[in-house]
Amino acid sequence: MSLLSVRDLKVGFGPRPEENQVVHGVSFDLEPGETLAIVGETGSGKSVTSMAVNRLVDFGGGRITGGSISYTRSDGASLDLAAAAESELEQIRGREIGMIFQEPMTSLNPVMTIGAQIEEIFRLQQGLTRAGAREAACKALERVRIPDAARRLSYAPHQLSGGMLQRVMIAIALASNPRILIADEPTTALDVTIQAQIMGLLAQMKRETGTGMIFITHDIGLVAGIADRVMVMQDGKVVEQGPLDKVLDNPRHPYTQHLLSAVPHFSDGKSVRGDKASPDRVLKVEDLSVRFPVRTGLFRKHTGNIHAVEGVSFELRAGETLGIVGESGSGKSTTARAILDLVKSTGGVTQVDRTQTGGTEKPVQMVFQNPNASLNPRLTVQSILAEPMTAAGRRIDEEAVTRMEMLLSRVGLPADSLTRYPHEFSGGQRQRVCIARALMLKPSVLVLDEAVSALDVSVQAKVLDLLIDLQREFGLAYLFVTHDMAVVERIAHRIAVVYAGRVVEIGDARELLANPRHRYTRQLIEAVPSLERRRAEYSIDSRAMPSLVRPIGFTPEVEAWLGAGEDHFYRQEA
Amino acid sequence: MTALLKDIARHPSGRIGLITFAVFLIAAVMGKTGFTPYDPLMQDRIARLQGPSAAHWFGTDLFGRDVFSRLMDGIGQSFIISFFSVGIASLLGAVLGLTAAWFAGLWDGAVMRFMDVLLAFPAILLALLIITIFGPGTWTSVLAIAIVYTPIFTRVVRGPALSLRRRDFVDAARTFGSSRRYIMTRHLALNLVAPLTVQVTLALAWALVTEAGLSFLGLGTQPPNASLGLMLSDARNLMELAPWLLWMPAVALMLAVLSFNLLGDALRDILDPKTRRRLA
Repeated sequence: MSLLSVRDLKVGFGPRPEENQVVHGVSFDLEPGETLAIVGETGSGKSVTSMAVNRLVDFGGGRITGGSISYTRSDGASLDLAAAAESELEQIRGREIGMIFQEPMTSLNPVMTIGAQIEEIFRLQQGLTRAGAREAACKALERVRIPDAARRLSYAPHQLSGGMLQRVMIAIALASNPRILIADEPTTALDVTIQAQIMGLLAQMKRETGTGMIFITHDIGLVAGIADRVMVMQDGKVVEQGPLDKVLDNPRHPYTQHLLSAVPHFSDGKSVRGDKASPDRVLKVEDLSVRFPVRTGLFRKHTGNIHAVEGVSFELRAGETLGIVGESGSGKSTTARAILDLVKSTGGVTQVDRTQTGGTEKPVQMVFQNPNASLNPRLTVQSILAEPMTAAGRRIDEEAVTRMEMLLSRVGLPADSLTRYPHEFSGGQRQRVCIARALMLKPSVLVLDEAVSALDVSVQAKVLDLLIDLQREFGLAYLFVTHDMAVVERIAHRIAVVYAGRVVEIGDARELLANPRHRYTRQLIEAVPSLERRRAEYSIDSRAMPSLVRPIGFTPEVEAWLGAGEDHFYRQEA
Repeated sequence: MTALLKDIARHPSGRIGLITFAVFLIAAVMGKTGFTPYDPLMQDRIARLQGPSAAHWFGTDLFGRDVFSRLMDGIGQSFIISFFSVGIASLLGAVLGLTAAWFAGLWDGAVMRFMDVLLAFPAILLALLIITIFGPGTWTSVLAIAIVYTPIFTRVVRGPALSLRRRDFVDAARTFGSSRRYIMTRHLALNLVAPLTVQVTLALAWALVTEAGLSFLGLGTQPPNASLGLMLSDARNLMELAPWLLWMPAVALMLAVLSFNLLGDALRDILDPKTRRRLA
């Protein structure tokens, strides 16, 4: 008997759910210890399907309009979750069916410490005492590789990064050892190395306890590593369902084929760009460091510094892309922001040479991660594009408008875009507006901070192609900050790997990805999911990133560089 | 602006609020420009304390003055005071809230703590204090009510401004080298118009009540001029003899407050993109 058996499930929203259906008759089975992956893009109905299983969909304004969800309880009794009363569901949710959500920020109570929120689970569900619950909570945090677990228990959610919060959420879901675990894009917000840890953890727990897992993702590469069976969804319908190898090797439906071919997949340096950059140097960063003061106590005494970026040096040539990869908190974004003076650097020299003629005194421009947040919603595209010109003290004359129109058509936006507002565009189009805005002042260097990370996978590929075209046309140099190895492989000529605030390995992209020398780089590359790595045994390395908090006056040790080729260097390891 | 009015007219409670407000606005303008059936100050010894009739729609008061005309004049007076005071309060509050959020640190602390002190007093008590210092009169009332409501606007502006300041488009503006003034007006203030507008309509209703309260206590508009609070106060002793004297200004005050609240509800729904979709 299956653990879970869903038949012809239909879910609708609004006051007349029959007319407004988003899931049209989905059927699947889940055996104990089995992992079913539901794959689909935004709006495919994959999340709604999973939320219908534990009936959370009721609280989002949805209603199950047809079909059955038969769940087998631990005593062998069968229960139709589609028709169960709320009082019964309360006994099941969180205890027998656990859930990990996509957005860790909104899943935790912002006014309670994370310790209190985890301890609550242990006290309520396992009847532990206060001290016992605290210890269990601390262990739960250590299990999801949170450094300084005991101290973090007293943190409020806003004091932790998104990746950290998701680990807390996973710790909470794992706390009650559920029989079914629904994981809704649980690793989307995490770094690849952490993603691998979490995947390893989920797989290990599944083996130990016989938990059935429903794993929802947009990343078909991730599916290869964990799923036993795959279900592909599009527009609320199942387009293909079957065992993992069958779906990945012989996709029948054109949409599955599209997902497998259009999306960038990591291939150990085989798909690196072949074109060459010019020899002219445009940006030279030498010994850049950024420190943030740590203040403690009642009088906010300065007790130490966070060494966020330490002794970072690199050069960038016209027409070249330097990919900066690393996990969150490694200092890669801080490096980018320090070059643009958005954060104050505490040491080092940044030197920029102009290339494009007619540029202004702002030769370095930036494209941010989230196009929704980096465009003012109350301004038209014309005002948005005019801002860099106004800031540079130029008039918005006919010539400026001509340049706007040229750039808009160049980034592939319709001619009438100038009078429209950001909310009238899709996510990918908004990012194109951001790119056009960054090009208004004819910069020589473009800093792209996770510029494609917020986009849907098939849109990502198109924006990457656009960036490569623009680079060739304007001779731009890119500083491409990302956590995504598949993306960096497609766009970078050279790669710098950042770990704990310093560059640990730098060099030619193909060479570095094929023959990584530093321990961290190897770990990073091993963690990247790919279609070739089926049912990968992700090892759980619970080594925490070293703390970056140092006492005042601390002089960091500088490890020597070792050469591994003409353009490939790495730090000596202790 | 016309689009906004159309949206309000389409909103179920907004329509009622808009119509009521329009009626009151016309009455107020006519009352203050002298287009009243009688001179609101003219006493008629013969026609004292008459009930509502064809000649005097809302009756007459103790001195034989026409209640309808006095009501129009009083509404005008109340509107002038609440519009000016809320105008000053919202402008002052917006500037203080914006600069507090932007400059942070000492200035933020000083502004917000001062606002906390002002908020610690009950509104009417603080207004009383200010009027006691400066002496009663129309412009003192405006000043008193403005000071009383400034802290609320400061808070309403500072909160969202703090979060807007950290948004990526502000960082983007810094990378272009945009001036501080440009960032504060285009990126912050423009995004604060919606919450501010809603707050203005609600504050107008409170200001109306506060003004009536001050006049009722004899510290706002001075006799023989008309104002809603003053009329209520005069009617108090004649409640059993001439109940219309109490009813008319009381109902007028209630309807005016209701119209502002309905408008505020409608604006809140219309200006919030989340509820806007549901209405369309």
